[in-house]
Amino acid sequence: MDRMKRVPVREQEPEARVHNFDEVCLGYNEQEAMEEASRCLDCKNPLCVSKCPVFIKIPEFIKHVKEGDFEAAARTIAKDNALPAICGRVCPQETQCEGKCILGIKGEPVSIGKLERFVADWSREHNIDLTEKEESNGKKVAVIGSGPAGLTCAGDLAKKGYDVTIFEALHQPGGVLVYGIPEFRLPKDSVIHHEVENVKKLGVKIETDVIVGKTVTIDELFEEEGYEAAFIGSGAGLPKFMNIPGENANGVFSANEVLTRVNLMKAFRDDYETPVKLGKKVAVVGGGNVAMDAARTALRLGSETHIVYRRSEEELPARVEEVQHAKEEGVIFNLLVNPVEILEDENGWVKGVRCIRMELGEPDDSGRRRPVEVKGSEFEMEFDTVIMALGTSPNALISSTTKGLDTNKWQCIVADEDTGLTSREGIYAGGDAVTGAATVILAMEAGKKAAKAIDEYLTSKG
Amino acid sequence: MYRILEKKLLASNIYLMKVEAPRIARACLPGQFVIVKDNERGERIPLTICDYDAQEGSVTIVFQTVGSSTYQMALLNEGDAFQDFVGPLGNPSDLTKEPLEELQKENILFVGGGVGTAPVYPQVKWLCEQGIKCDVIIGAKTKDQLILVEEMQQVAGSVYIATDDGTEGFHGMVTGKLQQLVEEEGKHYSRTVVIGPMPMMRACCQLTKKLEIPTIVSINTIMVDGTGMCGACRVSVGGKVKFACVDGPEFDGHQLDFDEAMRRQGMYRTEEGIARQRELDREQGIQQSCGCGCGGDK
Repeated sequence: MDRMKRVPVREQEPEARVHNFDEVCLGYNEQEAMEEASRCLDCKNPLCVSKCPVFIKIPEFIKHVKEGDFEAAARTIAKDNALPAICGRVCPQETQCEGKCILGIKGEPVSIGKLERFVADWSREHNIDLTEKEESNGKKVAVIGSGPAGLTCAGDLAKKGYDVTIFEALHQPGGVLVYGIPEFRLPKDSVIHHEVENVKKLGVKIETDVIVGKTVTIDELFEEEGYEAAFIGSGAGLPKFMNIPGENANGVFSANEVLTRVNLMKAFRDDYETPVKLGKKVAVVGGGNVAMDAARTALRLGSETHIVYRRSEEELPARVEEVQHAKEEGVIFNLLVNPVEILEDENGWVKGVRCIRMELGEPDDSGRRRPVEVKGSEFEMEFDTVIMALGTSPNALISSTTKGLDTNKWQCIVADEDTGLTSREGIYAGGDAVTGAATVILAMEAGKKAAKAIDEYLTSKG
Repeated sequence: MYRILEKKLLASNIYLMKVEAPRIARACLPGQFVIVKDNERGERIPLTICDYDAQEGSVTIVFQTVGSSTYQMALLNEGDAFQDFVGPLGNPSDLTKEPLEELQKENILFVGGGVGTAPVYPQVKWLCEQGIKCDVIIGAKTKDQLILVEEMQQVAGSVYIATDDGTEGFHGMVTGKLQQLVEEEGKHYSRTVVIGPMPMMRACCQLTKKLEIPTIVSINTIMVDGTGMCGACRVSVGGKVKFACVDGPEFDGHQLDFDEAMRRQGMYRTEEGIARQRELDREQGIQQSCGCGCGGDK
């Protein structure tokens, strides 16, 4: 065995998977996992841990995998991460744990993410009960939003004995894990459902169909329903548009709309009623994970699909694996290209996009080279659907109905980085609602920190 | 689950359902809407709130069967339940935010077309509870399609009826009645609130612009979540893009781009859907029209 090379992970073949919504990555089996785990150098000073937002004891769990003690591995991970089956699938490992792996200097880093996923899937399939819970203390905490931040915060507080209720605006718990990330990357019925059930097993109640800020306000929860603290993990759900001419043409959608129809409402299945209507040739504008998700979804619905992105491949914000999967499946990348106008036919439907070529200039605040328009380079491409995947921003439904809750100019809730405490006593926040659209693991980290702070606050209050 | 406490057939394809939803009933104000989903596989359908009772913990919805989802909803009976019932969504009517003494100086006319009469009712009722009586025009294709006339009479000043075929009240469209009230009967209205199908609202807005009466419309667009996430409901108001779900559903009718809104509303209208609707209408003996009093140019 070559220690510098990873054990390859089995995947559905591209030709087959573009015709279904089943998971692309099939994961390691026991044999493969043990073999991959044996590559780990078990560093004295493990840099991988330092780059994990929730500090999973990576060499320790990998050692258990190597020895074939998968239950011990699961218990090690569970100490720091309540949603390992999710993180193993969607974390940007290449810039986190795996990015610092010593093996990565000369060869390929250990597949930490795939091993985490293997352990989580193994423990689910073997019904390992990882719940450890302190006695109930009867104190009520409200958690707003059941995405990664909310689930983590609720789970941690329930373990400490709090009486936790999650309020979810949609009809299903999971937040972006359910409405945003597609089935082929994160299976809903097995993985998400199971993680949500685990949180419920800890005693957490989940009330769906409650839009905090509309159905009930945080102040009403405090004053009328006896909650003593609240955590806001309401995410960043508002789609951005480009504000270019023609953007309201029929056939221009936000990635959020397309993904919600397909993921949450299961529009790809004939036995569900929600429709989704994409054309023969689809342009997805943007280069992040959401853009890749939208493009690969459109592909699976039978459309020829193009990514239109204003910078070059190097700057694509999406995970490397997603870009690679998209390419394998046949998504066409139009790089250094930016739309300037959506063209409509006589009935107001999209018939194309007028674009301009871009080149890279000096680095901007994000450290990436700024795209600059190439004068006189405008050209037209034919499309009948355009999907805007330009990022999302937080919803003002909560901040605008909670007096004294400060937000910044991007409508993000202002919260302390270490505790999640907002400008209101007893109200904490974290995840995309605070940072703007970011990653699942960062949201979980924020949920974790806030749970600790809420515990300290309520303990000190007596 | 959200239990159906009462079901009534108001007109040949218009149903009223009183639904148990205590949290929404407490939070509700006139002008807002709900999203309902009848079962696991159903669509999320935005619907008008017609009435609410915080004490009883109930919210009353009125809907017209226009496609497969609403048709299935109509098959539910008292004692059955909706799997999901979310709200109240959208902003409450501007009227609920304005100082009462200012409102008392006004003379407001409401115009409800077809099933659009339902969302007019809670606004007129709310104003009545504040001691303000408003005039209302209720329009429909024919007498049998009129809804909520008696209920409206109990809370409004004058209620005028307009039917396209003249089987009840004014013979003609709601715009005709509105014009008659202002131009022939010398009524002065400081503003109108018009709710109904898009073509009817557009026709009213064209008239009130001429008559220089500020006009509010309430729109029911395509949407998925109803909280600002999908952007399917975007409309142009005074050249700016707005989301009907979080910025509306009420907008200045003289600023709204009706052509664009109507075109976007038809985005998911499929051949099958249209065929299905024709079939349903034939079964129920309904003529090909929207029955809103717009003259059927929908």
